[in-house]
Amino acid sequence: MAEVELRVNGTSSRVQLDPRVSLLDALRERLRLTGTKKGCDQGACGACTVLVDGERILACLALAVQYGGREITTVEGLGRPGRLHPLQEAFIRFDGFQCGFCTSGQICSAVGMLAEHRAGVPSVVTPRLAATATPLSEAEIRERMSGNLCRCGAYDGIVDAIQHVAGVDDRAATAEPAADR
Amino acid sequence: MSTPTRTPAGAPSSVGGPGGRIGDDAQRPDGVLKVRGEFAYASDLWMDDMLWGVTLRSPHPYARIRSVDVGPALAVPGVHAVLTSDDVPGEKVYGLELADQPVLALDVVRYQGEPVALVAADHPDTARRAAARIVVDYDVWEPVTDARAALGHPTWNQVHDAPAAVTELSRESAHLHPHGNLVRHLKVRKGDPEPTADVVVVGEYEVGMQDQAFLGPESGLAVPGEDGGVDLYVATQWLHVDQRQICSALAMPPEKVRLTLAGVGGAFGGREDLSMHVHACLLALHTGKPVKMSYNREESFFGHVHRHPATMRYEHGATRDGDLVYVKAEIFLDGGAYASSTPAVVGNAGTMGLGPYVVPNVHVDCYGAYTNNPPCGAMRGFGSVQTAFAYEAQMDALAAELGMDPVELRCRNAMELGSETPTGQVVDSPAPVAELLRRLVAMPLPPEPATGDDVDLRHMPGGVSNTTHGEGVRRGVGYAVAYKNVAFSEGFDDYSTARVRLEVVGGEAVATVHTAAAEVGQGLVTVEQQIARTELGVDAVVVHPKDTAVGSAGSSSASRQTYVTGGAVKAACEAVRGRVLERARGLVGRPAGDLRLDGGKVVSDLEGVALPLADVLGDDAVEETVEWRHRPTQALDPDTGQGFAHVQYAFSAHRAVVDVDTELGLVKVVEMACTQDVGKAINPQAVVGQIQGGTAQGLGLAVMEEILVRDGRVQNPSFTDYLIPTVLDMPPMRIEVLEYADPHAPYGLRGVGEAPNISSGPAVLAAIRQATGLPLRRVPVRPEHLTGT
Ligand code: FES
Ligand code: FES
Repeated sequence: MAEVELRVNGTSSRVQLDPRVSLLDALRERLRLTGTKKGCDQGACGACTVLVDGERILACLALAVQYGGREITTVEGLGRPGRLHPLQEAFIRFDGFQCGFCTSGQICSAVGMLAEHRAGVPSVVTPRLAATATPLSEAEIRERMSGNLCRCGAYDGIVDAIQHVAGVDDRAATAEPAADR
Repeated sequence: MSTPTRTPAGAPSSVGGPGGRIGDDAQRPDGVLKVRGEFAYASDLWMDDMLWGVTLRSPHPYARIRSVDVGPALAVPGVHAVLTSDDVPGEKVYGLELADQPVLALDVVRYQGEPVALVAADHPDTARRAAARIVVDYDVWEPVTDARAALGHPTWNQVHDAPAAVTELSRESAHLHPHGNLVRHLKVRKGDPEPTADVVVVGEYEVGMQDQAFLGPESGLAVPGEDGGVDLYVATQWLHVDQRQICSALAMPPEKVRLTLAGVGGAFGGREDLSMHVHACLLALHTGKPVKMSYNREESFFGHVHRHPATMRYEHGATRDGDLVYVKAEIFLDGGAYASSTPAVVGNAGTMGLGPYVVPNVHVDCYGAYTNNPPCGAMRGFGSVQTAFAYEAQMDALAAELGMDPVELRCRNAMELGSETPTGQVVDSPAPVAELLRRLVAMPLPPEPATGDDVDLRHMPGGVSNTTHGEGVRRGVGYAVAYKNVAFSEGFDDYSTARVRLEVVGGEAVATVHTAAAEVGQGLVTVEQQIARTELGVDAVVVHPKDTAVGSAGSSSASRQTYVTGGAVKAACEAVRGRVLERARGLVGRPAGDLRLDGGKVVSDLEGVALPLADVLGDDAVEETVEWRHRPTQALDPDTGQGFAHVQYAFSAHRAVVDVDTELGLVKVVEMACTQDVGKAINPQAVVGQIQGGTAQGLGLAVMEEILVRDGRVQNPSFTDYLIPTVLDMPPMRIEVLEYADPHAPYGLRGVGEAPNISSGPAVLAAIRQATGLPLRRVPVRPEHLTGT
């Protein structure tokens, strides 16, 4: 057993964990934050995407003990009580889901992706390795979101929702500090 | 920290959101919960004192069990129960149509992954470790893995000459079930039994096994009740058919087996059969504690039925002018180890198997067989998906033979209102098959692929892997049409139950809709709200949690819920409205003939009456429960397959544009276009979502999705080896939705969900054939089929 301090959505908890426990299982089964989903448990579907210090990772491929003290944001930490995060709102408006099982992962992934793009991180489809932000084309969004499967096939709505948020107010799409949760 | 409630009491109940009536792009009542991660899916359920159940499964596709020793598992600390078939108190076999599948293995296991024993423990890892300690002694048999061979065994249901491999099997083991290896043989016979034609094309086709691959694996929580019964919270498609089968296995009456729908992470047919339902109930009743069972992805591949693999032989005869004269077809569906819904899938494949074309002379034999492959059953498109690959390939081959345009050939033979189907049924609602195709043709095509220096790798097959700069890349365009029965057919008593209540709460008129119809992502809860808003003239509509406290709604399958449960909700609303208006007339004191409900008021335009519902209802609630049926269908004639078997047909058409790298065998689907007649789009946004989703799953089967089974063993039970379309694989779509009302259906609507899943794949195949000139008789198409390597 190892003791680890998990800082999730602005709240810190000390938990005793078997060091083999994934971050995903720690979130779901120890902290009861079940918004993060387990679709495959082997890095193939993206349903478990969470943000660590603003960067997206697959929680099923991460060991919880490695993330002690880091700032973890799950879908429950986006937006504020009574106010949705702009991406959450856009997913509803553009019908970016059906069953919704992939949605937490899609939204967290999109939050991280927009931040990566803002930071000038190129994707394999970025035309030139331009130093500063190229506009976030649909092709860029599709490439950068291709690790998140949606079996219901709501991809068009997902891309529309992200494009809307990226176009309307890029900065609004960052993971907000969740201290008020 | 604010943790969302995950106890069963928090099972998703859908509360009314902002407006939206019939025909509006209404928002889902569960949308906010889903985007916040607060929607309780079955795998999220939690009770503090719960145990975890796991399943021990057979590693062999076919074996006799000599003995099972559960002792070592019971000795593991933390284990509360280890159960085998001896612990099943009631019927030891179950099934949707035929009870032939053991709850837990009896003396013989018939497929790899068949459940043998159950363990409940205080931690899932403990349960798994304990299950691994159960000692099962198997006498391993040679599996029967070919549907034709299974039917061809000399002593059993011989319909073909048996291949040598099967004749060598012992009589005992080649015969999977006491009633033989034939699940169903459907014959369709019409017109001249020995027709001749100017032009004849023959083709043999094969479709691989597709998985529903819903993203939320099988899961549920069983809670023992104080009355000795059990409450089960589960992700499913049809609560009442689950309840019937669980009651039978537990030997309990329905009032002691109560089901509530937990959040469903996709279904697509894969949740029509039982998975962990009875198992969790057995463990809960045995231990007296709540028991949660959640499959992981690998187990999910073994935990539900798949789409039937098919082998098909078609012969089409036509006049020189391109009029179809006859079609002969022989269709073999591999049902795997247990019947599941194979009889109904055979019914669909047999009756829908020629497509939406007028064929005067028909000779179809469709067989469903038992083998030792994974059990197959319901998946979106249900028998029509497989046959569409064959009949549309045949139409293209025939067009080529005649030197005709493939779309023209289809339009020339297309069904329309008043046509007679191959099963002798007259199409008595609009069937705009030709129009669907012509509208596709009229849509602009995407720009031609760039060449030379203008090449953008992102648009090439192989993408930025830099596999080609356009050399060897050829474009193809293909068309296909879907033909699918909506709702349950062949005389099935297909109904749904709706309970609707209207009351005034805190000054506001609120309607509550209670049905057992499963919301699986398709947006049925939205439709229920839209209908109640429209019929009762209120904004606030609460969708009661889905459970067995109300009568059956039938299955969320066969594109039927908007039709049948929609019809039930509409009828219940009408009954409530009738009573409310009756009261209002009493209050007004005169006959006021044109009263209606609108904006939470009783309104009469003629007499200027506007009574708030609060004045009419006071503290009373008006509630009505209605069981609603669509018009009855009939069983097919057993010798000819003729009869009024289907209540409604769905039609869609696709055009696919592909670029194929003929050197490497890579396919890029450049664009998909779809036209579909939906009668009336109750929620247009959701209709488009169904078309996109169905198209994606059809494209997946065409070029990537297959469960590979070798000697009865699944080779790729994971998302790294079983690939489904990503956002990069799905091209942009052009969609046109037609609304020709079906006079027999509520609001004129037509079932939507399945048709686009049927026409999409064959259109992709047609496009690849056009690009490559290859016959491509098998799906999914793999690179080696294109390169010949
Ligand atoms: S659950 Fe982590 S990627 Fe699928
Ligand atoms: S909405 Fe169902 S998997 Fe994406």
